[in-house]
Amino acid sequence: MKPIRKENEFDVIIVGGGITGVGTARDCALRGLKVLLLERFDFATGATGRNHGLLHSGARYAVTDAESASECIKENMILRRVAHHCVEEHDGLFISLPEDDINYQKTFVEACLEAGIRADVIDPREARRLEPSVNPTLIGAVRVPDGSIDPFRLSTANVIDAREHGAVVRTYSEVVGLIRDGQRVVGVTVFNHRTHQTENFYAPLTINAGGIWGHGIAAKVGVRVDMFPAKGSLLIFGHRVNNMVLNRCRKPANADILVPGDTVCVIGTTSSRVPFEECDNLSVTADEVDLLLGEGMKLAPALGTTRILRAYAGVRPLVAVDNDPSGRNISRGIVLMDHAARDGVEGFATIAGGKLMTYRLMAEWATDLACRKLGVDKKCVTMTEPLPGSREEEVKSTARHHDMKPHVEATEFYRHGERASMIDARNDLDTSLVCECEGVTVGEINYAVKELHVHSLIDLRKRTRLGMGTCQAEMCACRAAGIMGEALGCEHNAQEDLRSFLNERWKGVRPVAWGDTLRETEYSQWVYNAVCGME
Amino acid sequence: MNTTNDNNFEQCLKCSVCTVYCPVLEVNPLYPGPKQAGPDGERLRLKGGAFYDEALKYCLNCKRCEVACPSGVKIGDIIQLAKIKYSKKKPGLRENMLANTDFMGSLATKMAPVVNLSVGLKPVKLAMDALFKIDAHRTFPSYASQTFESWFKKNAADKQDAFPHHITFFHGCYINYNYPQLGRDMVKVLNALGYGVHLMKNEKCCGVALMSNGLVEKAKRQAEGNIENIRHSVKDEHREVIGASSTCVFTMRDEYPHVLGVDNADVRDSISIATRFIYRLLDEGKAQLKFREDYKAKIAYHTPCHMEKLGWGIYSTLLLKMIPGVELTILESRCCGIGGTYGFKKENYATSQAIGAPLFRQIDNSGADFVATDCETCKWQIEMSTSLKVKHPISILAEALDEEETKRLNLR
Repeated sequence: MKPIRKENEFDVIIVGGGITGVGTARDCALRGLKVLLLERFDFATGATGRNHGLLHSGARYAVTDAESASECIKENMILRRVAHHCVEEHDGLFISLPEDDINYQKTFVEACLEAGIRADVIDPREARRLEPSVNPTLIGAVRVPDGSIDPFRLSTANVIDAREHGAVVRTYSEVVGLIRDGQRVVGVTVFNHRTHQTENFYAPLTINAGGIWGHGIAAKVGVRVDMFPAKGSLLIFGHRVNNMVLNRCRKPANADILVPGDTVCVIGTTSSRVPFEECDNLSVTADEVDLLLGEGMKLAPALGTTRILRAYAGVRPLVAVDNDPSGRNISRGIVLMDHAARDGVEGFATIAGGKLMTYRLMAEWATDLACRKLGVDKKCVTMTEPLPGSREEEVKSTARHHDMKPHVEATEFYRHGERASMIDARNDLDTSLVCECEGVTVGEINYAVKELHVHSLIDLRKRTRLGMGTCQAEMCACRAAGIMGEALGCEHNAQEDLRSFLNERWKGVRPVAWGDTLRETEYSQWVYNAVCGME
Repeated sequence: MNTTNDNNFEQCLKCSVCTVYCPVLEVNPLYPGPKQAGPDGERLRLKGGAFYDEALKYCLNCKRCEVACPSGVKIGDIIQLAKIKYSKKKPGLRENMLANTDFMGSLATKMAPVVNLSVGLKPVKLAMDALFKIDAHRTFPSYASQTFESWFKKNAADKQDAFPHHITFFHGCYINYNYPQLGRDMVKVLNALGYGVHLMKNEKCCGVALMSNGLVEKAKRQAEGNIENIRHSVKDEHREVIGASSTCVFTMRDEYPHVLGVDNADVRDSISIATRFIYRLLDEGKAQLKFREDYKAKIAYHTPCHMEKLGWGIYSTLLLKMIPGVELTILESRCCGIGGTYGFKKENYATSQAIGAPLFRQIDNSGADFVATDCETCKWQIEMSTSLKVKHPISILAEALDEEETKRLNLR
């Protein structure tokens, strides 16, 4: 019989609610460990939620980083199975333009095949037929199994499964200190941003999955993890211009990937080193916007006349290996550090590097280490065990008998997979739309608030897509704030939340505020200032 | 297919004013409304056909959303195009019957007395209701025993070349098969103004009913034929083309390029509605109209939706106001609910009548002798649903006209 443990004692504490942290929490929980997952703000706040959402085939890395390329294609195939509700399998094209060296195509295809990535050279006319938005001057095209993946849905699915296997999940819980017993880390001190209380939690192993912030967590016990903060900026367009991922067939460079995802498409990225202080407050510059738009139009000329919804930036959590000023040449490989072996600090490990595509493998490595350290003999099953939402092909529920618009039902299934059966659809109120652009219903909001760790409108946005459409929350923010206020009671400061949500939306709009985007913003301001009396 | 700017739907600011002006949404909660069916839905549909909502069929294509939109979004066109592209419902026998106005008309005029009698009979109406889901409340417009075209050939064609000016008249199906009198009135008025009237070499139905019933390919072929004929008239014969029906004219000017992808840019400005053409002649001093002293009428003018979209209701009302004995009331502009063939379908009957109800009340309380309007389907709907008869402004002009004096002024 296991000894009875206190409530604040766990087998493993995972620090960081990015995709690596939630993936590790799930894997540990599936292998029977008692898990505590701590996130200082909300899931997918850092690099996880600030990338292309590209389901890499690995082709992009095939020439320059064969190891990452072969990891990518393996994980790509796994994610199509276990996370199909987060994935769109539309394939991608690597196109050569007249200014590109067509000979690179041969090198590229060979490297892809070497890494196990299907790469079919196709006729430019065929490419234009498959993807009408592609630059018609292209001189070559290679079709690869790229796709898109929704990092918010993927994070949420991992959290749900971790929790359903006994993990304790705490958001808005920042690790402010690591508790030491000699040379051993035995727990963490946590500040809760919502209750403003400090608590201690104990476990024989703490895994640092803090991404770019991981170096600061390690520094709390004097362990050095050198990260390389490389900022990447991206632009989101108002609708899907393309239906296949478009890449340039050349060495990876700026702004050469256009990814269609859900209702939008995203062009990126730039790459520049930024100081650590900037990681918490990134901004996109006018030069970056010009560069993204200029290069993007080379992939798909229609981008030049398409409304840009917003600009955003993330920091690649790369682990520094040399003095490369751009960060592009650093391996995207996974770095797992057992600080007992590396630094003589027991009970502490760091999982870093890697990327969204390889999060599952990172989690597997970290969990293997945890199992070894804790003497647990359980095999990893995440490569075959589907995530919640990807387990069934349809929604089965008797509670959803209300006459529902088929496209609203399709949208809920698209976002939540078979878990959409938990969304109430009993009456007109449940099925009425709150966010009209993205088709978010009252029922879906209530489900998210109840089941998916939602404490603010920004959290809600990441669970649903509320406010991510054309009007950038102009129509839905106020309605959603009302529903949340009702669901959460006094705990929810609706007015303050509404203000910070709208400001967050404005932050992304500001770098691209011209044309229809600016008209929309002006209209929004009028609605919220003049009609709602907000400042 | 689509020659409108592909990104037009992005100009939508979500202000929702279109939703306020949609006559369907007001009475039918099953319709998602122009904003959701149009620009909002378009973004979702780009993800795939699964996000298409069959409820778009409730749109009656009145285009009042487009008139209301301050951002110039072609909401109605977006909805029409989405129906064409995504709807899985294929047109059946009923749709073919309602849509092929040309074919049905040419058959029916040959046997007009029999057809008119039988479609008016209760058992026939009930049978059509049951078999084809054509609502039994509706009465098909009666067919004429002689088409306008054959009347024109026999009685008018050879006199037209003598006039100093010339015009091409697109009569449309209604005048040809159901109501040749309006065509005769048109010839009378235009001749008095000094204009010789000519028909197109091979006029086809404008195709609006084909489009709204899902028979797009056929509509496109007819559109191409009509534009070719119009081009011949405008470019080679230097004759403008006018029509009497606001919907035919609107379809040829705007739906051809926007919905069918038929380019008419070089001749679009030369396609007009009769009242606009005549008003502009008078306004520019190129012709004069003289009316009978003894003509007296209280008239209520109803602006058809497509007249509203064209922005041309003003021409019809200004012309009617010129008639000394006319007391004109302009009714509040509201959809009558018929939407061409829309209101004939059983599933739309209740919606159609509910949409029109406020207009019907206005008409019944107007104290007018009769209603004037430029659209034949509005006429059917208003005559069925109110106590008043409906006349086309051209017919009113023809009645009130002092023909001899007008001829004298214009044919000096």
